[in-house]
Amino acid sequence: MSDILKALIEIVGERGVSNTPEELWFYSRDPGVLTPHLPDYVVAPRTTEEVRKIVLLANREKIPVVPMGNGMSLTGLVIPLKGGIVLDMKRMNKILEVNAMARYAVVEGGTSQGVLKAYLQEHYPQLRHSIPDAPPTTTIAANAALHGQGRLTQQYGFNSEMVTGLEVVLPTGEVCLIGSPSLGPYWFSRGPTMPDLSALFLGWLGTTGIITKIGLRLYPNKKIRDVELFVTDRVDLIPDILYKLTHLEILEDVNVWFQPKPLMFQGNFHITLYFTGDTEEEIAFKRRMVWDALQEYMDSKDGGFMSVQYMKEMLMEMPQRGIADFADVPKGGGFEYSGPITIIEHFPQYAAKVVELAAKYDVLYASSARLISGGHCMMFSISFAFNRNDPAMMTRVKHALDEATAFALEMGGIPWKPNFMEQKMIMEKMDKNALKLLQMIKNNLDPQGIMNPGNWEVNS
Amino acid sequence: MTYAHTIEHAEIVHRCFRCGYCKFPSDYVDFNCPSYKAFGWDTYSPGGRMWLIRAWLNDEIKSSPHFAEILYSCVACDNCKNQCVFPKFRDFLPDIFQETKAELVNDGRIPPEVRDYFKAIAISGNPYKLPQSERGKWAEGTGLQPYTNQEYLFYAGCVGSYDEVGQKMARSVGKLLSDAGISAGILGSEEACDGSEVKVLGEMGLFTKLAQENIGQFKAKGIKKIITLDPHALNVFKKDYPKLGGEFRVFHYTEILAGLIKDKKIALTNYPVKVTYHDPCYLGRHNQIYGPPREILKAIPGVELVEMHRNALNAFCCGGGGGNFFTDILGTGEDSAGRVRVREARDTRARIVAVACPSCAKMLSDAVKTEGLEDTLEVLGIAEIIERARAK
Repeated sequence: MSDILKALIEIVGERGVSNTPEELWFYSRDPGVLTPHLPDYVVAPRTTEEVRKIVLLANREKIPVVPMGNGMSLTGLVIPLKGGIVLDMKRMNKILEVNAMARYAVVEGGTSQGVLKAYLQEHYPQLRHSIPDAPPTTTIAANAALHGQGRLTQQYGFNSEMVTGLEVVLPTGEVCLIGSPSLGPYWFSRGPTMPDLSALFLGWLGTTGIITKIGLRLYPNKKIRDVELFVTDRVDLIPDILYKLTHLEILEDVNVWFQPKPLMFQGNFHITLYFTGDTEEEIAFKRRMVWDALQEYMDSKDGGFMSVQYMKEMLMEMPQRGIADFADVPKGGGFEYSGPITIIEHFPQYAAKVVELAAKYDVLYASSARLISGGHCMMFSISFAFNRNDPAMMTRVKHALDEATAFALEMGGIPWKPNFMEQKMIMEKMDKNALKLLQMIKNNLDPQGIMNPGNWEVNS
Repeated sequence: MTYAHTIEHAEIVHRCFRCGYCKFPSDYVDFNCPSYKAFGWDTYSPGGRMWLIRAWLNDEIKSSPHFAEILYSCVACDNCKNQCVFPKFRDFLPDIFQETKAELVNDGRIPPEVRDYFKAIAISGNPYKLPQSERGKWAEGTGLQPYTNQEYLFYAGCVGSYDEVGQKMARSVGKLLSDAGISAGILGSEEACDGSEVKVLGEMGLFTKLAQENIGQFKAKGIKKIITLDPHALNVFKKDYPKLGGEFRVFHYTEILAGLIKDKKIALTNYPVKVTYHDPCYLGRHNQIYGPPREILKAIPGVELVEMHRNALNAFCCGGGGGNFFTDILGTGEDSAGRVRVREARDTRARIVAVACPSCAKMLSDAVKTEGLEDTLEVLGIAEIIERARAK
């Protein structure tokens, strides 16, 4: 047994570390199309102190450390590109506190979205968090660390903007409290009125530290939730429609989606509009507001509301289980998407690009855009399914996604949860002084370069 | 595709997205896959298993003791089958795991505990290695007679016949059937293992032999209807024996007792106690029998039935399925299924955990002791609770 393995066992116990071929094989990959790379160890800590000791060991021995939630980014962010330790955080899954009056929760760094949802439903039914449509196994900390979105992103911004405090193990082993918890027992603010240090960890994809606790804003969970589905075949009208809808300031969530299969959806753009209320009157009022806002498109016969009855249950689910089902459309167990953040006026160009790429690379697409922060921007997902038993199809999907990212950058968009190649493309295009600032931060925080190396490689 | 190994559903394995819905119950309150809960590695989850099986089929990983442990830690609880979001193939998940275990059996690459189980069944006819002559001893004093053309065969199974906890359950059921005048007989020392666990552990040759011998015996004796103590036996009699020519009408004892109580053939007196009911996987998820045990408990005057958070389709397994009752591959750690489940039962503030499966009874009784809950929680079979209500 190697000294490293012995040391890791000493920290987390025998059941907390593995270097068997089975775990190494599994933790070398994610469900996307990127090439796997084997780690040397997989380690599953249960406490911040264990994380701290692992990081100190890794620092001393110059071993890469890759923190991992459920590994569902699909863009290879937890693939250990340079080997080392994959740190499976999911055993740190306690809900530590809910402050109902201040509307925040504090959870450990491996707590899943599903567990928090169920906990709030049972103990604080008047509260909710911004749950993403990713599977419920995905973790809250990982979602925030990659600037994820959720059901309340249209109203309140990226899920990372909902962070109210962090406990982070720095790459050099210090345990650091960020925001109001650094001053007292309350987790109500990540920074203001102090400098917002959480930005040193959010969006860094695990390259600047390991989130071991996270505070998250909660929001009112209204008694009634409803949905409308507006359909148009005029892609050029979508930005205006979205602009009018966001002007109302009453919508919980807005998604625009289009896909060629099933055939009944082909050629149309579907805008799913969610709204909430505490009374039927409030719901009826909001529905009327939405209908009034879009009346002109119905008058001109450019669009109309579609009955949602037969798919209402699916649309109302949180998370939407049907989204994962896209992976099996080519009977093959996979899909991956590029999800640039961009302005809504570019919707028509992105929509055209999706169709073009799908035809060029002979792959199946589905696309969905979610509005962010009342329409300041949107996440436009360019999603391609593949058959995992068909390497050629996986390669075509990879090329299509690469081209989608290049297009997004040309259009002034920002790739979301970029893979290591896309990160390089971003850094090449980035303002040089901004890149220099990234270098200063990364090199100071992680002098040995042990944190998720291969990602945000600012020095290469 | 050409694979290094062969299983019937090989062409499906790559379709798993490993999204992880299969780990959860429908409301996501906690992990509902017992092996993932106990071991904590993604490899021990249904999705992890699917991906590893694919790697093994493709010869990217080899058969090994660790791979076998991952496969054999599955308790065949069927939670994954019900929670998977892929309707076109989710029904085959348990088959894929079982087929892979069968391949490991063929290759001789199985854990020693599994090998010993097969040996005990093959040599002694039961996993306890006890004499066949003792198989029917549990029935003494119940009033049940050897089967001679009665309407029903009451089939006790290995756990009901030999395990102390199982015997108690079997006796209480037998006595109730007998007292209620049900025409039922037992096979006693002629009863043989039903083969349910043998099948799920992957020894298909031994399973076929056991099943064919049982079918032959049942037919020779003119048995048409069977009441089982054990939901595992119910499941294999209902689903697997017909494929081998054994068509019988099969009932779980709770179905029969619920009917007797409804028809007022069992008189009940007041028994004031708070009870929670643990759904056995092979009765609930495998056979959708959720109502009768609850109907019985609700019919007992004074019994307050409180549900655990995870119940019915979402119930958390006791950890005894998939042969783990005998092989104990899940172990008895803090996150082992039985211990998690009795903590959940404790949280209901119930005094009794009602069970309808002898394996569950044993697993949860042991877990109550490990958790130090003997003073607050008692594990009892449904028929044992009825007996208490009758005695008062």
